[in-house]
Amino acid sequence: MSEPNIILEAKGLSRHYQVSRGFFQGHATVKALNNVSFQLQAGKTLAVVGESGCGKSTLARQLTLIEEPTAGELNIAGVAIAKADAAALKALRPKVQMVFQNPFASLNPRKQVGAMLAEPLQLNTTLSASEREQRVREMLQIVGLRPEHYHRYPHMFSGGQRQRIAIARAMMLKPAVLVADEPTSALDVSIQAQILNLFMDLQDELGTAYVFVSHNLAVVEHIADDVMVMYFGSTVEYGAKETIFQQPLHPYTKALMSATPAIRQEDRRAKIKLTGELPSPLNPPTGCAFNTRCPHANERCRSEVPVLRPLANRMIACHHIETIPQ
Amino acid sequence: MSTPSNLTAADQAANAAALSYPSPLKEFWQSFSANRGALIALIFFAALVLAAILAGVLAPHSPTEQYREHLLTPPAWVQGGSLQFLLGTDELGRDILSRLMHGARLSLMIGVVSVVLSMLPGIVLGLLAAFYPTWLGNGIMRAMDIMLALPSLLLAVAVVAVLGPGLVNTMLAIAIVSLPSYVRLARASAMTELNKDYVVASQLAGAGKLRLMFNTVLPNCMAPLIVQGTLGFSSAILDAAALGFLGLGAQPPLPEWGTMLASARDYIDSAWWVVTMPGLTILFTVIALNLLGDGLRDALDPKLKKLA
Amino acid sequence: MLLDIRNLNVSFGSTAQPFQAVSGLDLAINRGEIVGIVGESGSGKSVTMLALMGLIDAPGRVTADALQFAGQDLLGMKAAQKRQIIGKDIAMIFQDALTSLNPAYTVGYQLMETLRLHTPLRGAALKQRALELLEQVEIPDAKSRLNAYPHQLSGGMSQRVMIAMAIACQPKLLIADEPTTALDVTVQAQIMELLVNLQKQNDMALILITHDLAVVAEVAQRVVVMYAGEVVETSSTELLFNTPRHPYTQALLASIPEHSKGAKRLSTLAGVVPGQYDRPSGCLLSPRCPYATDTCRTQRPPQLPLSGTSVRCFTPLNDSGIPSHE
Repeated sequence: MSEPNIILEAKGLSRHYQVSRGFFQGHATVKALNNVSFQLQAGKTLAVVGESGCGKSTLARQLTLIEEPTAGELNIAGVAIAKADAAALKALRPKVQMVFQNPFASLNPRKQVGAMLAEPLQLNTTLSASEREQRVREMLQIVGLRPEHYHRYPHMFSGGQRQRIAIARAMMLKPAVLVADEPTSALDVSIQAQILNLFMDLQDELGTAYVFVSHNLAVVEHIADDVMVMYFGSTVEYGAKETIFQQPLHPYTKALMSATPAIRQEDRRAKIKLTGELPSPLNPPTGCAFNTRCPHANERCRSEVPVLRPLANRMIACHHIETIPQ
Repeated sequence: MSTPSNLTAADQAANAAALSYPSPLKEFWQSFSANRGALIALIFFAALVLAAILAGVLAPHSPTEQYREHLLTPPAWVQGGSLQFLLGTDELGRDILSRLMHGARLSLMIGVVSVVLSMLPGIVLGLLAAFYPTWLGNGIMRAMDIMLALPSLLLAVAVVAVLGPGLVNTMLAIAIVSLPSYVRLARASAMTELNKDYVVASQLAGAGKLRLMFNTVLPNCMAPLIVQGTLGFSSAILDAAALGFLGLGAQPPLPEWGTMLASARDYIDSAWWVVTMPGLTILFTVIALNLLGDGLRDALDPKLKKLA
Repeated sequence: MLLDIRNLNVSFGSTAQPFQAVSGLDLAINRGEIVGIVGESGSGKSVTMLALMGLIDAPGRVTADALQFAGQDLLGMKAAQKRQIIGKDIAMIFQDALTSLNPAYTVGYQLMETLRLHTPLRGAALKQRALELLEQVEIPDAKSRLNAYPHQLSGGMSQRVMIAMAIACQPKLLIADEPTTALDVTVQAQIMELLVNLQKQNDMALILITHDLAVVAEVAQRVVVMYAGEVVETSSTELLFNTPRHPYTQALLASIPEHSKGAKRLSTLAGVVPGQYDRPSGCLLSPRCPYATDTCRTQRPPQLPLSGTSVRCFTPLNDSGIPSHE
């Protein structure tokens, strides 16, 4: 994976939050993101898979520079953001853009589509008003919207069309990296297919790298090059899509895949029943975070945090992959 | 659908089927005009504004001219009344109708000025409190809490006592008293909006704090503020009347409605109309404004829900 | 037959310009059967069930030729009589369990309230039954959960509580409206397994409303596909997924990523579901249907039986997935 054209690289990225527990108790630390590392090449897609509370959204906030990581390094287009000064950071900001899950909350209801798409250009370029309009109209066409949509307000559009607008807005500055946070989970299946096709087409055309956050494994299998499975703020398994989907090794990855319903009999995996639910972030389990639900957990899992290590063409964090019957 | 369809063709078809929606303004008017009370209130209020603007032309008499031979003439439809003074005259022989029409100018001005004077700083303070929630926000909100802890009229009286009585100071006092409600409202709606993804998207586009506050977030907070402004308008008129009644507001011989009430209170037993006419005017105006505010809220809110 | 709905129509809006949310719907449910109702948003699948439960308020209008449940006519029934059946013999659970529970009362109180309304149980027996129900829906540590408030439960846990309330009176029919849409995949698998187990144990019929075809494929025996307020295809699960007869069903299946494995682009169904103002005059799918003929564009197709299924189409598809007239 260490090809020269690495556009986005994270090394040991962590983000902890201070949470007030009440007047006398002082603060608790919630470790929303723990020691996450990955590399992403231009024009490729990394899918981040996990359930709610796994740190997907926190990761998105670090990658888009909305928040500063507590620890770790982040390199975007060859610039280490920890060492960058304010001007360099400002120049870096347009390079990472985002598409959100809910197209009904991510568009400003009081702005016309044209003005919304022109805003990034207005703030980051010296283009004149007429040049901006031209660029916006070009982009509308690229994402499959019509010229007369320029002067419409978001509430006049359906969910799928709104997501097109959101994608157009993110693409206005031709970003190097696009972070997409569950971009199709609020859409109907037939619309989801249209939007996924649009994502693929744009990537072919513009060479944008995607960080695609999703819990839908069918979508991930379709769109991803690499897959990173996260649980409770940490990476549990990370590797090429084919490797992970053909032979998932981590107990959590396996449980996730078996829990995903499938239409075709042959696609269904034997159900692994997970008991319980995600632990509370205020009261995290000791040792491996998955030990409270893992069918293979033993004493070691309850005391020692497993480190991410290379195994069978992938990175995996589990104490006894070798001893679990596959 | 056995072959994968071509994207551009598919998308053009998708957009050809775009739904047609009425324009936002038309949608608002449809929803507002469905409310009969609000519509009547709007007509009443429009008439009031017209009467105030055209008072110089429409009013049958000068508001200050004293007809010594017609002291306390009853209204036209009561025995002893005359068509010359439709709503009667007061204790100094001034035409009540003319005074009410000229008074409308004052009351509307008090309403507009004090709402503007409290809404603008209220919005700025509220947005600041929402964007800087730790220190500045807490400071602003505690200051507002202190202001809310005092009865509003008492606070207004105190402000006027410090600044001195008069029309301008009345407006200032009312503006200061109603400031907290705007700050709280602006802060609360800005906080809700701040959590929405479009604010983050704007940030990613490179918008700074000022742009986020006034260009991105504020337009989405305006609906409740407009409603509050309408209701604040009516309470400003009431407060001004109360201060006028206490002798702390507009000073005689200005035909302010509250001042008219105050100077007429000795005649409640003998000449009911001197008190009743300005009282009813205040009552109807305030009711109309409140109905208008309710109508606005109903018309603006469901739309907001649909957009959210 | 447990439930028999014939020619159900639900419309909203003014009488001059009514919006047909559901039109001409026929549905028959047998005892102890699992039926999936699938469709995209706006297809009328939830409105149908709300109409059955009598939850459509004016200005909504409900008409039907027949609405029979266990041999009783729900149409001509008095409100008080209807309340005896609904909530007792027919129960319903919703997508958002957290908002379906009253945040001001404990779980136990709300559960016992339901039991008090429909059963003669009182006092200790009442509490005992509530406890049993929580255990039946596999809530760990059920005794202490009786005193928990809804906000203290996770999403999966509150859905279990909702299920416990729904099965409290051993209903003959349970309607589950998107019961797992708001939940994570692993929790979704747990809830689906629970629903199917309860369905078997209590021999109740289960209507599963969902947009997720894969969920239906795994549990349902029969599937009803809805589009824009109409039933377009009713079939056994096996037949529906192997040989869809209606072009909409075919397109819906094709747009799932699972069906395009290895392909770069997903096949899509052009356009969007017609809205309130732009219902076409002929078949509702005709503007989007690749096989539409002039007949389709001018006349509404009736629902007709076809080799074991029932299809609303002038040119139903044959076994090779192409229209029969071609």
